Amino acid sequence: MGKKMLALTGAHAVAEAMRQINPGVVSIFPITPQTPIVEKFSEFYANGLVDTELIRAESEHSAMSIAIGAEAAGVRAMTATSSQGLAFMWEVVSTAVGLRLPIVMSVVNRYVGAPINIHCDHSDSMYCRDLGWIQIFCETNQECYENTLLAVRLAEKVNLPVMVLQDGFITSHCVENVEILEDKLAKDFLGEYKPKFSLLDTDKPVAIGPIELQDYLFETQYQAVESSMQVIYEYSKIGKELSSITNNKYDIFESYELDDADAVIIVSSSTAGTVKSVIDRMRKENKKVGLLKIKLYRPFPYKEIAEALNKLNSKHFAVMDRAISKGALPPLYTDILSSCFMLSKRPKIQSIVFGLGGREITEKEIENIFNNLLNNKINENEIEYVGLRK
Amino acid sequence: MITIKDLALKIKNQESLISGGRWCAGCSFPPIIRTVLAAKGDNDVIVTNATGCLEVTSTIYPYNAWGIPYMHNAFENSAPTLNGIEEAYNYLKKDNVKSELKDKIKNKNIKFVAFSGDGGTYDIGLQALSGAMERGHDFLYVCYDNGAYMNTGNQRSSATPFGASSSTSPDGKVHHGKEEQRKDLIKIALAHNIKYVAQASVYNLVDLYNKAEKVFAINGPKLILVFSPCIANWQFQEGEAISVAKLATETNFWPLFEVENGKYKINFKPAERKPIEEFLKMQNRFRHLFKDKEGREIIKKIQENIDIEWQKLLDLENFTNK
Repeated sequence: MGKKMLALTGAHAVAEAMRQINPGVVSIFPITPQTPIVEKFSEFYANGLVDTELIRAESEHSAMSIAIGAEAAGVRAMTATSSQGLAFMWEVVSTAVGLRLPIVMSVVNRYVGAPINIHCDHSDSMYCRDLGWIQIFCETNQECYENTLLAVRLAEKVNLPVMVLQDGFITSHCVENVEILEDKLAKDFLGEYKPKFSLLDTDKPVAIGPIELQDYLFETQYQAVESSMQVIYEYSKIGKELSSITNNKYDIFESYELDDADAVIIVSSSTAGTVKSVIDRMRKENKKVGLLKIKLYRPFPYKEIAEALNKLNSKHFAVMDRAISKGALPPLYTDILSSCFMLSKRPKIQSIVFGLGGREITEKEIENIFNNLLNNKINENEIEYVGLRK
Repeated sequence: MITIKDLALKIKNQESLISGGRWCAGCSFPPIIRTVLAAKGDNDVIVTNATGCLEVTSTIYPYNAWGIPYMHNAFENSAPTLNGIEEAYNYLKKDNVKSELKDKIKNKNIKFVAFSGDGGTYDIGLQALSGAMERGHDFLYVCYDNGAYMNTGNQRSSATPFGASSSTSPDGKVHHGKEEQRKDLIKIALAHNIKYVAQASVYNLVDLYNKAEKVFAINGPKLILVFSPCIANWQFQEGEAISVAKLATETNFWPLFEVENGKYKINFKPAERKPIEEFLKMQNRFRHLFKDKEGREIIKKIQENIDIEWQKLLDLENFTNK
């Protein structure tokens, strides 16, 4: 009831969500592998399926600047990007947070930098993980669709912008069945946007983006920190509401065959799906393996993850990063280490880096990772680069 | 046509940019902004502003000199930020759209104005401005041109005049100030085939007012480039900004003209153009040109270039009005 099944790529699943959100302004600039999102939305626009003002900007920097202006004017504004595009708009990505504007942006993860590469890793969003945007990783096309809807409500509740992240090509260009809500159900869930202020309300003029110096900036920053601390609670609360119409779950992270596991992989995004498939097979061989899938990545649920890990049988984990922090430990690994610092008994953790620039990760490689954990082959002093030719 | 007395009253009574800002005494941009906004008529105006002197002196939190909605985003994006605001307005005006905010604006005519310096316009903001003009948004872009990055202490921009010294094009033993000609922003704007582009100056506020009043009635992108002498970094005597600006026009260094639907109109033609030395000698940034033969050669080139450009302008006026 109230749903229909469509065969959609991850990119088109986001575009469907955007059609239902029907934002006031969508500002776009093409970049692989995000482009099919804005192409699909442009089709919706061309066919009169949305009321949106669609602005074809001359760069990602301007696309985000337009979204910022539109949100400050009090309407929902969205954009989408990847990789170099996210890097190019970085300056105003930080502005969106500083001005507390609830923009929702779909980021299709792709390697950023040189040599140029169009395929998936998480370096683009990892390089701006500490700006204050909420970041939600999606495993499936269904999650891409639903998290985009959820993100709008979450952003507006806490006045922080949200990035909804999916894997370039692997998710964005591959077709899955996606259950799309009836438009009315989606619209009822989204509700009418009631901005706290608007530049267009000329009877109550506001000045947005003033210069703040030593005497005020610290406090303004702290306000954003305080809002960020509400995200986990609000995410779960809004997730429950969405759950009542989709029957899917919106936990801040996902546990898969975790409770009795002797070996656990911690990973986000499409790779979690591959890990699940390996788990299903290994479980048939009576190997107790499990997955903790990262969904809400920023703000990072340190305490909640520590509590979950503490309850487990297993004290052997592998943390799989699809990005490197050059000159430092990998980003997700670092976050999990910080979580584990809260535990009385420290687990043994293998840091794994994989899949840079779209390098394939196979079920066999994942099975090896599990077997190494089960056999206590863990080197805590070294990062293991899976799939790297040496 | 407004009289200077009526304009003075209008500026005095405006509440868009109030007094008490932290700009330098004798700064040129407050009268420019007040004059433009005094021409808004019954419209409401929303302003965006690039990072720069105007932004930092009018908004130091918790103080705010703006009586109308104002937004600063970053250095290079006053145009697209403004476009986003305007498109939100266009969205809300659609019949289909219903919201509380829509009810608040339904009886209003809102106009959208960006104010930026030359750094945010000629240099770092040029691509964003070009995109905004090409897309055809309904907005007025006003560049107050003081010929360098003045907020950070007088670094050369592509609007810095040939021969001027700045902190990054200083006069030295080998190099003698800026060695390149200014970028022609007016021609760049015109290349977007927009309906109205004008050059104005702080010394002639009636002319600026007339131009601003005209553009508030024109739909689409409009650009006004306004000469804005900088007391801190051009280094003339306090209270001389207007005299310096007047000489810039009387020497044909900064002609007042407008281009409406492709037709040029020169708003002021000096009966006898004054030699450029009169303009240059008032400012410390050109002082090095007067000390030796090399400097005098540069002055000669400046003069030659001015005369060539003026003739081109006359020709364009002739040609486009045939």
